[in-house]
Amino acid sequence: MGKIEWAMWANEQALAAGLIYATGGIVGVAGQFRSWQFAAFGIAAGVFVCLLEYPRSKRGKGTSVERTGQYCFTVCVKAFGPLTRNYYVRAFLHAALCVPGGFMLATVLGCVCLAIASLIYLSAAIHGEHWEPILPRTEPPKRTGESIKEPPQNPPPRPPPELRRKKVDNLETAAYDNPMSVTINE
Amino acid sequence: MGNFAANEGLSIFVILVWLGINVFLFVHFYMAFLVDRYYYTRVILGQALSWARAPAACLNFNCMLILLPVCRNLLSFLRGSIQCCSRTAARQLDRNLTFHKLVAYMIALHTAIHIIAHLFNFERFMDSQLMINSSYLPYVLSQIGNNDNRSYLNPIRSNETNPTIVMFTTIAGLTGVVITLALILIITSSMEVIRRSYFEVFWFTHHLFIVFFIGLVLHGVGRIVRGQTVESVNVHNPNECHSHFETWGQNNSCPVPVFAGNPPMTWKWVVGPMFLYVCERLVRFYRSQQKVVITKVVMHPSKTLELQMKKKGFKMEVGQYVFIQCPSISQLEWHPFTLTSAPEEDHLSVHIRIVGDWTQALYTACGGDKTVVLDAWTLPKMAIDGPFGTASEDVFRYEVVMLVGAGIGVTPFASVLKSVWYKHVQENNVFTKKIYFYWLCPETQAFEWFADLLQSLERQMTEKNMSDFLSYNIYLTRWKDAEAAHLRVQYEAEDDPITGLKQKTRYGKPNWDNEFSAIATQHPGSKIGVFLCGPTALATALGKQCISHKESGTEFIFNKENF
Repeated sequence: MGKIEWAMWANEQALAAGLIYATGGIVGVAGQFRSWQFAAFGIAAGVFVCLLEYPRSKRGKGTSVERTGQYCFTVCVKAFGPLTRNYYVRAFLHAALCVPGGFMLATVLGCVCLAIASLIYLSAAIHGEHWEPILPRTEPPKRTGESIKEPPQNPPPRPPPELRRKKVDNLETAAYDNPMSVTINE
Repeated sequence: MGNFAANEGLSIFVILVWLGINVFLFVHFYMAFLVDRYYYTRVILGQALSWARAPAACLNFNCMLILLPVCRNLLSFLRGSIQCCSRTAARQLDRNLTFHKLVAYMIALHTAIHIIAHLFNFERFMDSQLMINSSYLPYVLSQIGNNDNRSYLNPIRSNETNPTIVMFTTIAGLTGVVITLALILIITSSMEVIRRSYFEVFWFTHHLFIVFFIGLVLHGVGRIVRGQTVESVNVHNPNECHSHFETWGQNNSCPVPVFAGNPPMTWKWVVGPMFLYVCERLVRFYRSQQKVVITKVVMHPSKTLELQMKKKGFKMEVGQYVFIQCPSISQLEWHPFTLTSAPEEDHLSVHIRIVGDWTQALYTACGGDKTVVLDAWTLPKMAIDGPFGTASEDVFRYEVVMLVGAGIGVTPFASVLKSVWYKHVQENNVFTKKIYFYWLCPETQAFEWFADLLQSLERQMTEKNMSDFLSYNIYLTRWKDAEAAHLRVQYEAEDDPITGLKQKTRYGKPNWDNEFSAIATQHPGSKIGVFLCGPTALATALGKQCISHKESGTEFIFNKENF
C-alpha cells in the first residue's frame, strides 16, 4: 500500500467517531433512556475526542492541509507535549474512552468507531509516526544581502552621453554592454 | 445569466428532480405508517416508527442510485448514444462522480435519521416489556404471541435482556451495525485529504460497499417491523377496541389481534443496479484480459514517462482516458491516464508523470533507470480498460474552441491537437474553424515533449498556409530572477528561447477577462466551447468568466475534466 501515513486516516476516523459518540450520547440523554449516565459520558468523551482530533498533524511528506480555524486547537494540543505527540498514548486513550460506550445502545456505534480509530492509531504508532503541530511560518523579511545596508541615493557616475554611445566601429572599447540594441543613427 | 442557464441548467434540473423524489418518498412512507394496521405498533413506539421507516424508503432509493454513476462502461455507452441528440445531455454524464458523492451524503444523512429513530424504538420496546403491569397497554401488547412465537408485536420477547444484546442477536440489528460501520469506514477514507494522497487506501476501503450491499439486502429478512395483519384488522378494529384491551378475546367484538412482520423490500430496489454493476465489472475484466503490447518507451525530462502500446481492436476518440494495470507491480490497482495519441494513429500512447509508488515502479519496470536499450520481451505485461469518454470528445462539435491546460493537464489536448492535424490532412472541411490554446506551466522542463508536438504542428500549418487556425499562448507561471534576466536579453530573438516556437512564452498568469473579451469580439454570435483540464481553482475562475462574458451574443460553454 505504499508509504501511507496511517495517522491521517486514523484522525478522520477518530473525528467521525467523536461526533457519532457525542450524537449517540445526546440522543440517550435527551430521550432519557435507561442507563443515560453512559450517554452523558458519551457526550463528554465525544466532545473531548473531537477537540483532540480537530487539529491535523503536519505530514511527514507533502503539504499539510489545515482544517479551518484549527490554529487555537493546535496550540492547546501542543501544550500537552509528549502525551499528544505520541500515538501509542492516543491509541490507548481512545481504547479506554470507548469502553463505557459499549454498555448502552445509543453509544455502541460511537464505541466501535472509536475502537477502530484506536487500532489505526496503533498501526500509525508502530510505523513510527507522531503528531506534529502545523504552525504558521513566520516569513523572514526579504533580505537584500548582508553587505547592502541602504540602497544608493544617487545614480552611479557616468561619462557624458556622447562618450556613452557605443561607436559602431569601436565596440570593444565601449564603456559597458547594452542589452538593448543601439541603432547606428541616433 | 443566460450562460448560467446553458451551463448549469440541466444539472440543477436533475438535482431538483432527485431531491423531489427523496422528499416524496419520505413523506409518503411517513404517512404509510400512520394507518390502522400500525395502530398498536404506534401505541408502543409513537412517531418514532414513521421516523424510522421514512428514511428507510429514501435509503432504498438512494442505494439504488449510488451504483449507477460508477458504471463507467454503461455511461460511455449512454454517452455515445445521446451525443447525437443533445450535447448538453451528454455533458451531464461527465458529472457522474459529483452525483455519486451527493447520493452518498444523502445516504449518510438518512442513515443518521434512521439510526436515531431506531434508538428510540428499541428503548420503547424495552420499556414496554419492563413495565410489568397488566393495566398498561404496551405491556399487554408485548405479551401477545408468547405462545406461538409468530403473531407477536414486540420483537423484544423477554424482560431479561437489554437493547444492546437484542441488537446483536437480531438479524436486523446485527446487519445494521455491520453496514453502518462499513459506511463510516467508506466515508472517512473517501475524505479528499486521504483520497488525493493515498488513493489505494481509498480504493480498497471503498470495496466495503460489497459488505454494505449484502448486509442491506439481508437487513429486512428478520421481518422485525410488525403490524396487525389485514384479516385481524377486519375482525378487530384498533380504533374501537384499544380501550377494551383488558377484555380482548373474552367477548366476540374484540378478539386478540394478530401481528406479522413486513417482508423485506430492499432487494427489489437494488437488485437491478447490483446486476448492472456486476456486468460492469465483468466488462472491465474481459477488456483487461485482451493482450496489450508496449511498442516504445520514451523518458522525458521532468519525470514524465511516455508509453506507446498496441492493442488489437482498440478504438478511441479524442481526449479519452484509459485505466492501466501492470500485474507485475500490483494485481489490484488500476490507474487512470489520459490518452495522448490521436485516433488516427496506429498506436495508443500515454504520458505518465512519476509521482507515487505505482508510477515509480512502472518507471523501473520499463527500464527507466537503465541506460541500455531493453528488449521488447522484457517489458512488463500491461492491461488496459477503456477508453472512457470525457469532455474533450466534444471539441469538434464547436466552431470556435478554447483549450486551457495546466501543467500535466495539457495531455488530453495533445490528443486533440494531433487529431486536428490529421483531420485537416485527410479531409478539408472540418467543423472547427479556430482553436485558442492556453498552456499554463510552472517550470520550463515540462515543455519539452509537448513543445516538440507544437513545433511540428506549427511547421505543418505554415506549409499548408493555415497558420492562424491555431493560436496558442504558453504561460510560465513560476520563474527565477536569473532566468528572467536571461530571457530579457534574448528579447529580440525570433524563436522563443524556451520552447523554440514562434509565439513567445509569456510570464505569470493570463488575464482571463481580457482573453475572453477579445475572443468574444472576434467571434460574435457563436457558441464557443471552453475546455479545461486543470485544478479546481482555475475551473471556478473560468466557469465564472464563461457565465459573465456575453458580449456580441457569444455564448461560452464550459467543460471541465478531471479524475
